[in-house]
Amino acid sequence: MATEVQGTDAVVGEGEGVRRRDFINIAAVSFAGVGGVAVLAPLINQMNPSADVLAQATTEVDLSAIEEGQAVKAVFRAQPLFVRHLTAKEIAEADAVDPSTLRDPQTLEDRTVDGKKQWLITMGVCTHLGCVPLGAGEGENRGEFGGYFCPCHGSSYDTAARIRKGPAPKNLVVPPYKYTSDTAVLVG
Amino acid sequence: MSFPWAEHYTPKNPVMKWVDERLPLPRLVYNAVGAGYPVPRNLNYFWNFGVLAGVALTIQLVTGIILAMHYAANAGIAFDSVEHIMRDVNSGWLLRYAHANGASFFFIVVYLHMFRGLYFGSYKAPREMVWLLGVVIFLLMMATAFMGYVLPWGQMSFWGAQVITGLFAAIPVVGEPIQTWLLGGFAPGNASLNRFFSLHYLLPFVIAGVIILHIWALHIPGSSNPTGVEVKGPQDTVPFHPYYTAKDGFGVGIFLILFALVLFFAPNSMGHPDNYIAANPMSTPALIVPEWYFWPFYAILRACTMDFSIPFTGIVIIPAKLLGVMAMFASILLLFFLSWIDTSPVRSGKYRPLFRKFFWLLVADVLVLGYCGGAHAEEPYLMISQLATAYYFAHFLIILPIIASIERPDPLPGSITEAVLAKSKNKSDAVDAVPAAAAAE
Repeated sequence: MATEVQGTDAVVGEGEGVRRRDFINIAAVSFAGVGGVAVLAPLINQMNPSADVLAQATTEVDLSAIEEGQAVKAVFRAQPLFVRHLTAKEIAEADAVDPSTLRDPQTLEDRTVDGKKQWLITMGVCTHLGCVPLGAGEGENRGEFGGYFCPCHGSSYDTAARIRKGPAPKNLVVPPYKYTSDTAVLVG
Repeated sequence: MSFPWAEHYTPKNPVMKWVDERLPLPRLVYNAVGAGYPVPRNLNYFWNFGVLAGVALTIQLVTGIILAMHYAANAGIAFDSVEHIMRDVNSGWLLRYAHANGASFFFIVVYLHMFRGLYFGSYKAPREMVWLLGVVIFLLMMATAFMGYVLPWGQMSFWGAQVITGLFAAIPVVGEPIQTWLLGGFAPGNASLNRFFSLHYLLPFVIAGVIILHIWALHIPGSSNPTGVEVKGPQDTVPFHPYYTAKDGFGVGIFLILFALVLFFAPNSMGHPDNYIAANPMSTPALIVPEWYFWPFYAILRACTMDFSIPFTGIVIIPAKLLGVMAMFASILLLFFLSWIDTSPVRSGKYRPLFRKFFWLLVADVLVLGYCGGAHAEEPYLMISQLATAYYFAHFLIILPIIASIERPDPLPGSITEAVLAKSKNKSDAVDAVPAAAAAE
C-alpha cells in the first residue's frame, strides 16, 4: 500500500496518509472476511447432534419393577445406563470403605439422591476405554468388590460403582437425573 | 505463460521462496490467476462467468460433501433422510437449498458463459480445445445434475430416472438390456439409487479435473476478448491480478446477492412440488418434466413425434422415439463441431452484422424450446417445438456456413488498444459535448 501522500489538494481527507482506495480495499476485504466467517457457521454447526438425536437425550426409568438386589440396563443417549436397587448389605459394604483410600474418592451419598440411597444410577460405560462392564445382568460376574466388573481390562467396581481395582481412572459416571415421582426417574 | 512480457514470479516471503524451490505450486497459481497471467485489457462483464462457474462448482462441492454426511442412499429411507436434513440437521435446510439452487445457478452462469463464447467467437482457432473441453464439462454437468435430482427419491426423482434411462431403451435391439443394466433392475430401485449416488459424488471431481485442462488450454493462446482481435503487445494486456481479480470479485458479489435472494426468499421456485412426494412406482405424476436447465433438450426430445420412413412404402427406418433421442444428443454433440462449422475468420459478433442477428435468433429459439420443454406435451407446444428444433439445427448446419461465406464483416480495429482508445475518445467527446451544448443554450 502506498502511504505517500500525493496530490493532497485533489481529494479532501487524504492528509492522514491513508488513501481513499486503501480504505475501500480494507473495508471490502474485511467485509468479505466477515461474510466468509458467517458462512462457516452453518457449515460447522451441521456436524452437531441433529434435532432427532437431541430428542432422545432424556430417558425415563420406571423403578417400581426393580427388585432389591436387582439391576437393569436402560439406554441413555445411545449408551447403556445401569439402574441398581442396592440391598442393605451392599449399602453397608459401600459405607464401610474410607473414601480417602479410593482412587476417585466419593461416598455412596455423593453418588445418590438424599433419602434414595438404595437407588444407584450410573452410566454402564467403563471409564477406562468405554466397554460395558458386567454385573447389571442376571448372573453376570460382579467382580471381587460385588459391584461391576469390566471384562475388557479387568477393572472392578464396588457396590457404589466406584473404581477399586484395574486400569480405570474414575468411578462409573452418575448422569444428571431427577425423581419425577417416587418410582420414576427422568435421566438427562 | 503465454506472453513473453508476463510478470515473473519472485517470492518475497522466505517461506514461499522455500516452497517454490521445492514445489513450484505458488508459481503455478501466480501464473494462472495471479499477476503472471497477462489478460486483454478490454474484457467486459461477460468474461466473469467462467470464474462464477468455478464459484458455483465450489458451492456445490462444499454443500454436497456435507449433505452426503447426513443423506442415506437407500430406497427405503432416502426420502426420509432428506426430510431429516430439512428438519433436524442443524442448518440442514440451508445446505440443501443451497445445493439445489446452487445447481440452477451453476447452469445459469454456464449457459451465459457458453452464449458469451458463441457471440464472441471464443470457439474459433486457436481456442478450439478450450471449447471442446467446455462441451465435455457441460455433458458431465448434465449427467451429474440428473443423478443428483434422483437422490431425494421423490416422485420427480423416480420418474425422471425412469424416463431418462428409458432414452437408452430406444436404441434398437440392445436398448432394453442397456436400460436394465443402467438401472440394475427393471425399474428404478435401490441398486439405481446407490450407483447414482456413487457417481454423483464422483463426477464433480472429474469436472474439476477437466476444468483444470480447460484453463490450461485457455492459457496457451491466452484469453479472447470482445473485439476478437488477438493481443499484439504488452500495451494490450493487464495482469490478471489485481485487475481481473477485482472485476471478478465484483461479479462474485452480485452473483452471491442474487443467489442469497433465491436461497432465502424463493428456495423452491426452481424446483418441482411433486418431488416432495415420496417415490411411488405405482403412480406417475401428471406432468413429468426435468429441471428447468434441461427443458430445451427435453423439448427437442419430445418434438420428434413421427417415424422417419421411406415415403409411400411404410418402411420405418428410424422410429419416432429413437429419432427424438438422436436429435437430443445431436443437439449437444453438434457443439463439438462448431469450431469447424463456422468458417468466418472474424471472431467477435461485434464486427459481424449478419451473424449478430442470427445469434439473437438462436437465443430466442433456445428460450422458446425451453418454454415448450417445461409445458405439457400437447398442441400448440408440440408444433412450436418442432419448428424451433428444426431452426436450432438449421442455425448450425445451414445458416452459420452460409453467413460465413456471404457476410461482409465491419472493419476490425488494428489492435485491442486502438479499440479501447477509440471508445474512450468517443466517451470524452460526449462529455466535452455537454458543456458545449450547455454553453450554446
